[in-house]
Amino acid sequence: MSRTQTTVGAVMALALVLAACSSGASEESPQTITLMAHDSFAGGVTDATFAPFTQETGIEVKVIAAGDAGLMVNQAILTKDNPLADVLFGVDDTFLSRALDEEIFLIHKAKDIGRVAPDLVDRKHRVTPIDFGDVCINYDKSWFESTSLAVPDDLADLRANLYASHLTVEHPATSSPGLAFMLATIFEFGEEGWLDYWADLRRAGVNVATDWNSAYYGDFFRYGGQSSMVVSYASSPPAEVIFAEEPTDTAPTGVIEAGCYRQVEYAGVLAGTDFPEAAAKLVDYMLSVGFQETIPLTWFVFPANQDAELPQVFVDHAIVPEDPARFSAGYIAENRDRWINEWIVVMEG
Amino acid sequence: MTRIRWGWVAVAAVPAVFIGYFFIYPVARILGLGLAELDVGASGLDARLLRIAGFTLWQATLSTILTLVAAAPLTWAVSTYEFRGRRLATALITVPFVLPTVVVGTAFVSLGFGDSIWAILAAHVFFNIAVVVRTVSTLWSRIDPQLEEAAHVLGATSWQVFRRVTLPLLKPAIAAAASIVFLFTFTSFGVVLILGGFEFATLEVEIYRQAVTLFDLPLAATLAIVQLVGVTGALYAYSRYQERKTVTWTLESASNRRAPIGPARALVALSVLTTIGALSIPLLALVTRSFSGEFYRSLFESDPVVGRPISAVGNSLLFAFIAMGIATLVGVMAAAVITGRRGSLSRWFDLTLMLPLGTSAVTIGFGFIVALGWPVDLRASLWLIPIAHALVAVPFVVRSTVPTLRSIPAETREAASVLGASPSRVWREIDLPIVSRAVLVGAAFAFVVSLGEFGATSFVARPNTPTIPTMIFRLLGRPGETSFGMAMAMAVVLAALTAGIVMWIDRAQVGEVGRF
Repeated sequence: MSRTQTTVGAVMALALVLAACSSGASEESPQTITLMAHDSFAGGVTDATFAPFTQETGIEVKVIAAGDAGLMVNQAILTKDNPLADVLFGVDDTFLSRALDEEIFLIHKAKDIGRVAPDLVDRKHRVTPIDFGDVCINYDKSWFESTSLAVPDDLADLRANLYASHLTVEHPATSSPGLAFMLATIFEFGEEGWLDYWADLRRAGVNVATDWNSAYYGDFFRYGGQSSMVVSYASSPPAEVIFAEEPTDTAPTGVIEAGCYRQVEYAGVLAGTDFPEAAAKLVDYMLSVGFQETIPLTWFVFPANQDAELPQVFVDHAIVPEDPARFSAGYIAENRDRWINEWIVVMEG
Repeated sequence: MTRIRWGWVAVAAVPAVFIGYFFIYPVARILGLGLAELDVGASGLDARLLRIAGFTLWQATLSTILTLVAAAPLTWAVSTYEFRGRRLATALITVPFVLPTVVVGTAFVSLGFGDSIWAILAAHVFFNIAVVVRTVSTLWSRIDPQLEEAAHVLGATSWQVFRRVTLPLLKPAIAAAASIVFLFTFTSFGVVLILGGFEFATLEVEIYRQAVTLFDLPLAATLAIVQLVGVTGALYAYSRYQERKTVTWTLESASNRRAPIGPARALVALSVLTTIGALSIPLLALVTRSFSGEFYRSLFESDPVVGRPISAVGNSLLFAFIAMGIATLVGVMAAAVITGRRGSLSRWFDLTLMLPLGTSAVTIGFGFIVALGWPVDLRASLWLIPIAHALVAVPFVVRSTVPTLRSIPAETREAASVLGASPSRVWREIDLPIVSRAVLVGAAFAFVVSLGEFGATSFVARPNTPTIPTMIFRLLGRPGETSFGMAMAMAVVLAALTAGIVMWIDRAQVGEVGRF
């Protein structure tokens, strides 16, 4: 063996040893696990959010905010080989197919998965349901009292000029509740009837906003707008109580229980993580009762784990609709673009 | 052949590496990734996409012209006259520039504006008027009054003096401001979405839709290239114009504003009050709503969901100062290189530095995450935030500095060199005193660009560190009177902070340097 070869060999051996040491050591106890989430989840994370997890496991949780749900999923796909994070949270049914097709998640059966309603669970355990929320029409109680009009019972009632001209919906191409509400109408009226329904709404003067912000805080009667009804969430009334200016026991807004659409948000361990076990522990923690009970008052959605108790203000003012509309992720992925384009033709053509 | 001047190479290297590593490389990577999957023939540019490209160009051109027109009276008043409240007025007009689109959008919608092309154009003027007023007045206020006086003596009327003397001298600065407004409106995203509804899509909106909603990267990449080509063409035309129109003359290093007398007083008052008044309408809606409860106090209290909202101010200020530092350093070095050597190389260098302002944020954001993982993983690092802001802010520094630098006659520098001054001494004693005011204007813009969170940061994974705009989004993301009121109060804090700091930077006239 020449001198050079010896040196090269030695260097390689050393590199191998170092690599083995570093990966071996970190595999067992990473200092930090990175959680990638959409902006609205990240916005609610404080120092206390993952403190119990850190106390139990000694692992810190670093949260990165990755824009809206669509941006987040695409970033996770683009960085599949060199992931930005170990765990991803916040993918919903509308983007789930894309993530599953690209196989960005490792299979993990969460510890408390048995305590989740079966229809929320991914049978292959690529993702774990963490929360759900229902997109429903909200109405301003004071407006209906002052006009003595009856609150509409269901989506069909809204066809009347009287109601449709006082309704603001969000655009399905730019807003997640907007898309959910469009799906609710497809669920309700079927492929053959839903476009006629929207044509009626348009004729009757329904208002279309770009996103939830401008719909709720721009067009909703409660905040100075023209619409007494707006597409929002079933959990918006409790938020109105909690964030009221004067303390109150009654919600100023109500929810129309028929015609809701259920959105489910999932977490998953990202393939390509260096710490699959620690990442799985974080997913388990997010489904544990302790974390699940913090969900309602932080993110205004419902915990997926049925053992988690709801806070009183949710019990008093929130509604969990009986039979909300829901489509499978695959069905949505197949049809979403076509539906949105058809909607645009009817509403803007 | 001239000898290679290593000093210049060193000065050129900093902006070249910055733009190369943080812009050209990431954008090339993501476009390459998208185009690799392109099925030529299958995804062509159909009629709809051509219409979108046409609309993008049309609305940007119209917005730029309208902004120039709307800015003219105030620019004239603050450039020519010294009056009480002048600084306040020039600081106040930068406030719209930083306000999150969602906040202004809500204000516009509540005022009954919305879903029309007029709302889009009005908002573009509203956001960009400061760019014109501040960039042009920097130059205008320091035109040697003797030039204009001489024309008067020779019998010219005031209008003739303006048209024949002042305007030709101002053209480079007007073109510089117009180029920035054009790029900003060409890549308009939030304004178009919120105020226009979905029917008025710009290329920027369509790129987002293709890249994010539909995840059609090949088509998104194709559109991004169309956008880049359009922007490059506009910038090329601009730089040719700039070179043709530049007249060299000696700028005063101090301003030559005078007190308005006679009818000028009324005209100045009218210009200032109408412009500020018009800009204030949406702002007043905001302020009124922020005071309809004890929302300011709540900003200082700990909220169980979002933490103490006011703590976002510190993060924003820190990022903004770092971004301003980077942008000013890179921008001034770039301006020195651009003006130091004429020719096509420096023209393309200039043009490249402007491109980040005209490139879709999704393109840059996706570029960051596929390209910046090596050698140091900068993705999702705190440093990426001020760097992304600086990328967008450098054009402001360059555009406000170059016209002033160009106006310095070469003979002045040559005389100094002949007298034995080193290049760095020439720069220090000739260029810097004249240019410092323009650099400060650029720096102030860099600061507000960062405060307003422009650039790719809102489209890319970032550490969960709240800034003022992200805090406003958090508060606006949940229902309830106090959520809304606190968001409005936070927006007013952002506005006040912007006006205050811009006034403070404006004050930092490099007075010690004295008149040149």
